[in-house]
Amino acid sequence: MRWYWIDRFIAFESGRYAKAIKNISLAEDYLHDHFPGFPIMPNTLIMEGLAQTGGLLVCEHGRFREKVVLAKVPKVVFYGEARPGDTLTYTASIDTIHEGGAMVTATSHNGPALQAEMEIVFAHLNAEHHDKTLFEPTDYLKMMRMLRAYEVGRAADGSPLAEPAELAAVAAPKP
Amino acid sequence: MPTKEEVFQKVQTALVEALGVDEEEVTAGATLVGDLGAESIDFLDIVFRLEKAFDIKIPRGELVLAEDFLTNAAYVEDGRVTAAGLTEIRQRMPFVNLDEFAKNPTVQDFANLLTVGDLCRFVETKVAVAG
Repeated sequence: MRWYWIDRFIAFESGRYAKAIKNISLAEDYLHDHFPGFPIMPNTLIMEGLAQTGGLLVCEHGRFREKVVLAKVPKVVFYGEARPGDTLTYTASIDTIHEGGAMVTATSHNGPALQAEMEIVFAHLNAEHHDKTLFEPTDYLKMMRMLRAYEVGRAADGSPLAEPAELAAVAAPKP
Repeated sequence: MPTKEEVFQKVQTALVEALGVDEEEVTAGATLVGDLGAESIDFLDIVFRLEKAFDIKIPRGELVLAEDFLTNAAYVEDGRVTAAGLTEIRQRMPFVNLDEFAKNPTVQDFANLLTVGDLCRFVETKVAVAG
């Protein structure tokens, strides 16, 4: 899967908040159509990055056992454009999380400037979907490793965030 | 303990935020689905906001009947809710007024039952239990 709209985590406080960055590069194909001669990152892809930041935060809280899906965006506001050479910093905070799903508030900053704000409702797919998988649990682990979550992550008690033992045993060894 | 007026104000705010409707549209008699345009995913959003606003817990399935009700042959037959079904609704959602619905209990009309007033009554009982 190559649908990565964040490049790495710079903070990951389990169950509370996470920060990730997105570097915008002229090497990205879509920028040359959006728009020709005036490349700006589409707001929908910024929303996807914010949702990925929040979604992985919610997923990790449940040790990747729950199927977390983006269900609703009640509100999103954009304050400015994001252009090649910019680095967007996404911050996602969990407002509420329980068996039904989670409510997350997220912001995008372009340098120090607030670039976007978004409210996200994630749903946990219910029991009838338990026999079907969205991703293999080990895929989540690989994503988290690639995004360097475990280099910066901290568990609820402040100790370094650890990979879930049951998944690390199954996933391929680290490079 | 919040007053009925305070409960209504907070429920109104939650619905305005979740459904994107104007305050004036959120009257006690307005139905969530029919008048305010709520869809199934909106109920999760509404639950989160109510839990936060009133510091209560609303377990899944308590506010809106789960899929298992509508697909159960004992409760729904030929697009109509049976007597057993009506009893089940009264038990699981005691804050909903079923008198009108009971006269012609079609499944389509059921989804449109829940009013803002019902929601307020539901919140009041949850707050009373919690407080």
